[in-house]
Amino acid sequence: MAERSRLELIGRRLLSAVPSVFGVVLVTFVLTRALPGDPAVYFAGMMADEASIAEVRQRLGLDRSWVEQFFAYVWNLLQGDLGRSLMTGRPVLTELAERLPASLELTFVALLFAIGVAVPLGVLAATRPDSWVDHLCRVVVTAGVSLPTFFTGLFLVYIFYFLLGWSPSPLGRLDFLYFPPPHVTGFYTIDSLLAGDFETFRAALNQLALPALTLGLFSLAPIARMTRASMLQTLSADFVRTARAMGLAGSTVLWTYAFRNALLPVITTLGMVFSFMLGANVLVERVFSWPGVGSFAVDALVASDYAAVQGFVLTMALLFVLVNLTIDIIYTLIDPRVGVEG
Amino acid sequence: MQHFLYVLRENPITVIAFSLFALIVFAALFGPLLAPYDPLASNPARALQPPSWDHWFGTDQLGRDVFSRVLVATRLDLTIAVAAVTISFAIGSVVGTLAGYYGGLLDQAVGRVTDTIMAFPLFVLAMGIVAAMGNTVENIVYATAIINLPFYIRVARAEVSVRRHAGFVEAARLAGNSDARLLAMHLFPNILPPMMVQVSLNMGWAILNAAGLSFIGLGVRPPTPEWGIMVAEGATFIISGEWWLALFPGAALMLAVFAFNLLGDGLRDLIDPRRRT
Repeated sequence: MAERSRLELIGRRLLSAVPSVFGVVLVTFVLTRALPGDPAVYFAGMMADEASIAEVRQRLGLDRSWVEQFFAYVWNLLQGDLGRSLMTGRPVLTELAERLPASLELTFVALLFAIGVAVPLGVLAATRPDSWVDHLCRVVVTAGVSLPTFFTGLFLVYIFYFLLGWSPSPLGRLDFLYFPPPHVTGFYTIDSLLAGDFETFRAALNQLALPALTLGLFSLAPIARMTRASMLQTLSADFVRTARAMGLAGSTVLWTYAFRNALLPVITTLGMVFSFMLGANVLVERVFSWPGVGSFAVDALVASDYAAVQGFVLTMALLFVLVNLTIDIIYTLIDPRVGVEG
Repeated sequence: MQHFLYVLRENPITVIAFSLFALIVFAALFGPLLAPYDPLASNPARALQPPSWDHWFGTDQLGRDVFSRVLVATRLDLTIAVAAVTISFAIGSVVGTLAGYYGGLLDQAVGRVTDTIMAFPLFVLAMGIVAAMGNTVENIVYATAIINLPFYIRVARAEVSVRRHAGFVEAARLAGNSDARLLAMHLFPNILPPMMVQVSLNMGWAILNAAGLSFIGLGVRPPTPEWGIMVAEGATFIISGEWWLALFPGAALMLAVFAFNLLGDGLRDLIDPRRRT
């Protein structure tokens, strides 16, 4: 019974993503139509006369009503057609698909780093209130939200590349001495391991370290703050006091009773953190010349390549909806209370 | 007032925040008067000099004084953030109050719109908005205002909907006040404190956001002194060791954001001591 209602819940969650997706598509459509000036004039080129502008307008479907245009836009999206990039002349979808693994690799490594540092920090801070760990946690949390990512990134480059010489030059995913590993997942670290090429793996990891650190430092703050707050709450709950009174070992109480319950709000926070990271990614990629979707979007913005920018905005938003959905589903799966009373 | 002094004494960090805030406002008001050099005047003979007595923050690749530029930039950065936050505050409190007070269809429609904005990674949405509306400083302000709007709407809506049947509101209604008067004179003053906390916490974020947008080349254009652009220009020189070009504008940015965040936390303690974290 419980299993069935849980499946039902997951189904309902999936359905609840439909309005978000619709909203996202609608907003991107409006953004595309809000172009300054007449897109037909723009696409027809400098030498166009009245007739050729009218022809372009007809070809782009701009002479039809907004509703018709919207359905045409959705129809194109369903077929994976995001338009053509003016900069490169290739379909936007191809460009984005080629660069997405670089961005995702960076984001995931940064997220792992942030979770790996922030969760223990938050737990320690909550178990020892007013100790030095607690103060450290507070400093990290306050500094973390105030630091502009592009600034932290530059500073890390200055220290680790210029002063210490520990990192390779902050240009791209791999030093030009190495060849990228054969394409399997598009993640250089995983691909090089799959190919058994440890030298390339190390080189890729070296390039990845600073940008991932920059992005990780940025996302540390919200995770640490949430972990601390939610640990404090569960530690003062009645069931923890009961467990203590029953004489359970300190570590059992901490990890099995308090931590597992404290994790749920932390997982919810991860969705928000991911949203911030997708934005910050753009800045970090810029600083480290990382060849991801963010760099592509910035170049496109500067070159007024609208199709590419809209494609990027849409992709990021859909990715974010997908992440939130995944988090919701994980939440449904791990929270024993969900679906029992419903 | 007594309470205010008590909070300040209890929490020295809030004192720091208030002093930093005063410093920033001072720099924004009088920066252009105090700057020792013309922020736009280049001097090739003195290009890329490290910090010294003559040039406290050094000089950039064109020989412009970094200190003067950082100081003068305060006004522009603060203006963008204040303008954006004011717009979000004004629209957000009206829309949120109406949605919280009347509920029903209006509330649902407003909820849908905020959910849709929140479905985007916000910085990415700001980039998209600027790209669509055109690359100008005003559009940076509008984009920042739009992505901050949901937070204000949600706070205003929540605060109004818990109070809409409160005793003092019912009393005012029975005394024959119109809905408009009820909203403006009785409910709005009550939701002001949490809204002000939101403003202060949001201001730091708005500054960061605007600087981020100009860092990637949107909005403000060189040679206008602006913190984000200055960091972007200094970025090329970090690799060759000229750290002062990017460090000082970046530090100014960080300090401003830090001050507003601390101030927000301090205000929250002042207004609602229970919600301390």
